[in-house]
Amino acid sequence: MALVRTMRDQFDWSLFVALATIATIGIVNLYSATSANPALSEMYIQQMYWLALGTCVAALVTAVDYRHYERYAWVLYAVSVFLLVVVFIGPSVRGVHRWIQLGSFTMQPSEFSKLGLIVALAKYLHHDPKSDGRTLRDLLIPALILAAPMLLIALEPDLGTALMHAFIFVSIMVLTNLKRRSLFTLLASFAIMLPLTWRFLLKGFQQARLETYYALLFDEHPDIQGDAWHAYQSLVAIGNGGATGRGFLRSTQNQFLFLPDQYSDFPFPVWAEEQGLLGGLLVIGLYLFVVLWGLRIASQAKDRFGAVVAVGVSALIFWHSVINIGMVTALVPVVGMPLPLFSYGGSSVLTILIGIGLLMNVSMRRFTF
Amino acid sequence: MSLLSPRRELGEFKKRYKWMALFVVIVFGILGTRLTWLQVGQHARWERVARENITKTFWLRATRGNIRDTLGRIVATNRPSFDVYVTPQLLREPADIAVFEELMGLDGAARLDFERRLSAIPPRRRSHQVEMFSDVTRDQMAALETHALELRGVDVIAKPVRFYPYGSLAAHAIGYLNEVNAEDIQRLPGQDYRAGDVIGRSGLEGSIESILRGHRGYRRLLVDARGHARENAARIASVRPESREPVPGRDVVVALDMELMRSAQRAFRGHPSGAVVVVDVRSGRIRALFSKPSYDLNAITSGMSRDVYRAMVDDPFRPLIDKTIFETYYPGSTFKPITSLAALGDGLVDPNVTIECLGRYEFGPQRLRCTQVHGHVDMRMATIQSCNVYFWHIAQTVGLERLNRYARDFGLGERTGIGINSESRGFLATREWYEENYGQFRMGYTLNTAIGQGNTRVTLVQLALAYAVLANGGTLYAPQLIEHIASPDGTVLEQMTPQVRRHVNIAPGPLAYNAAALEGVVNHEDGTAFAARIAGGVMVAGKTGTAQVQRSSFPRGMDPRRAWYFAQSHAWFAGYAPAQNPEVAIVVLVEHGGAGGRNAAPIAMRILEDYLGGHRDEATTPERE
Repeated sequence: MALVRTMRDQFDWSLFVALATIATIGIVNLYSATSANPALSEMYIQQMYWLALGTCVAALVTAVDYRHYERYAWVLYAVSVFLLVVVFIGPSVRGVHRWIQLGSFTMQPSEFSKLGLIVALAKYLHHDPKSDGRTLRDLLIPALILAAPMLLIALEPDLGTALMHAFIFVSIMVLTNLKRRSLFTLLASFAIMLPLTWRFLLKGFQQARLETYYALLFDEHPDIQGDAWHAYQSLVAIGNGGATGRGFLRSTQNQFLFLPDQYSDFPFPVWAEEQGLLGGLLVIGLYLFVVLWGLRIASQAKDRFGAVVAVGVSALIFWHSVINIGMVTALVPVVGMPLPLFSYGGSSVLTILIGIGLLMNVSMRRFTF
Repeated sequence: MSLLSPRRELGEFKKRYKWMALFVVIVFGILGTRLTWLQVGQHARWERVARENITKTFWLRATRGNIRDTLGRIVATNRPSFDVYVTPQLLREPADIAVFEELMGLDGAARLDFERRLSAIPPRRRSHQVEMFSDVTRDQMAALETHALELRGVDVIAKPVRFYPYGSLAAHAIGYLNEVNAEDIQRLPGQDYRAGDVIGRSGLEGSIESILRGHRGYRRLLVDARGHARENAARIASVRPESREPVPGRDVVVALDMELMRSAQRAFRGHPSGAVVVVDVRSGRIRALFSKPSYDLNAITSGMSRDVYRAMVDDPFRPLIDKTIFETYYPGSTFKPITSLAALGDGLVDPNVTIECLGRYEFGPQRLRCTQVHGHVDMRMATIQSCNVYFWHIAQTVGLERLNRYARDFGLGERTGIGINSESRGFLATREWYEENYGQFRMGYTLNTAIGQGNTRVTLVQLALAYAVLANGGTLYAPQLIEHIASPDGTVLEQMTPQVRRHVNIAPGPLAYNAAALEGVVNHEDGTAFAARIAGGVMVAGKTGTAQVQRSSFPRGMDPRRAWYFAQSHAWFAGYAPAQNPEVAIVVLVEHGGAGGRNAAPIAMRILEDYLGGHRDEATTPERE
């Protein structure tokens, strides 16, 4: 009884309510987004199953003190990387090795490997406190921890998810204290690498993507072909929403099939067209709250592992939501990037909810030791 | 708990959270700002695009009005052109394509060309109808329709095209159409021209475009991104499906008489180049505007090849030039009646006083030659025989200024306002003009002007209206081409009335004297047009003219035989009939036809005989040439 009371008192209601609101809006919106296509009309129910399953898993993750995960961090990391290797054994789908077939379900290991990366980095930094600043050499092992999953994902190829790993990595490493000279070296080498990457590493279609993106952002009448078409139709939907929106199920851009992938990468424009600026700002505000709350949890964490995990999960939510909303508002180029708890997808929902479970865990354990 | 690792030092992280939070707030701030800008700042723009996204407007063409001549004969109308559309996605099987080519009667080269065009259609257009052949023959259409059920993806769609039953007859006056270009659309804002529309380019088709054209209608549908109509989704859209019926253009009845035009065409056989204008002296209605050579309006409307067009531009007889309105000529002796009236009107010359013509005229150091030795002639005989010596003599009394004043009064040197084909103003050379261009003014210029050989230039329409003034006792009319405007069912909407430009300030006496002289030109046995008179038929009054051409206007290096032809004078006849009770004035110009009496007057007589001679056949139907 005392335990239940403790759980109740220590439970992070703010985090829970914010996320529950996002998930509820996400379901409602998914219902509208898929209503134009009878073939997708069951999708929101599927998503509810995933949410239910994810919530249960998150509860389990929360129940066990996170310091146990610290012990087994390398195992978790190894499993996540191993799954990324398994991907290449299975058949490719449209020339891409991204999924593992499990019965009637497909699983996307690159989603889970984000968590593996967070846990592994947390483990490493937990045991490697350096108050007097790190040199580049000290970054070598974290960089290797990043490199394994990131390279495997880049080979799938899935550039967006690979970059997401890098973003999470950088967000975590910003926590640490890098020596000034090392920082400059790092920034300088980035400055040199960027044009070289453009020249040699990015494939033609990826360059074209970036170029059409700039046309879209700055031209009054962009030449809307190919990729830019998606981003453009998304802008049309959002802009058409106006301040108060066109009303539930009344997104013409969605109902008349102008929005591509409205259930995976482009659910936000449906919401913004139907609910307008008020609805849009509400969702943006909820994500902002969750991320800031995550940082608060990190700052209150009692140990380094907890702090890094909290920052990592916050970064996961931050980058996903920022890049997705930035993409649909044409602030960043179009990359496949789900909006947490808004986009349909079991792997994405489970990953986010497990991450939330870890965050909740850190939040609750700040009282226990 | 002992299994768990001890707490570690957290100081390294502590100072970072605030910066991280600040960064997060800034980034979300940017998102929020961007969202506000899109949804509030740019709302109107995106709302418009969203509306355009889901609406598809099908334009409904307005039927262009018909043009009829004064007796109701169709001059310009519309006929269906049957165009073959192919939906590439449905016409894929080689066997089907072969059947289609067989039905169309395509030969080897045409087959290859068709297959090349078919395979060149981009994928996104392959589910649409694409026009592959326009204006197919009746046989092709019948073959396709018989096999319509077997051939999916082939559709024959009718589209109206302009049809001119008279072909090349009156082509300059009627004018032609072609498709608007980007420049037209820019030049005519607010007039709702769109790509694919036709527009009148010349003649009446051009000048009364706004009457003939009508207003397009439309059908607006709600269409999704895949092109399917979605009427059931209309409730969520801010636009409604709607339609507007097209308003057909109005019919126009013009003053031209196509049978008279055909007479002119017949009368001009054997002469490669020239023009005729016939005008009703009682109203200014234009009955004939004939310019030869001409071109087939049907050919030019359905799109002429570059080579054919080039050949027309290079043709020395200049088929593209409207010789009745656009081109100007020296009037030659047809100007003499105006010289006479200038002399009589101000009482400067007694017409009965005779001058002796010795076939030449000594003027200062110059010796000017007359056409022959006329002996003692008064004004009447001088007009009848076209004696230059007489007119040279009186010109010195009349003076250039008075000549010009009378000419202007008769409507020369100013636009008549006929309203089609970039009408020319003509030209009356003044003393100042001679001083400026020839260094100084000489009396010789006045002498030349008096016989129509100075620098005076006129159009045929101007001259015809001037002779109408001589015939009707002094009324200068505005040329009237349109008689009335009617709705497609024939109801008269607007009746055009004759417009008087002015009454020429001249007494009846001199006019009557001059009229008698003009009657003599044709009917007196010494008259220059006596040989061409209609014996026992309509009595004609008029004046012949033989206008020398400027040799400097030939292109250099011209073939000598051609040069000989182009050095020939223009032959004129200007007059009216019947002489006692005039109905019409006529002007005939045979370019490089030589003497007016021998070459132009007979043409005029033939036309007038057909028109007024009592056996006018109004029931004839146009035949295609």
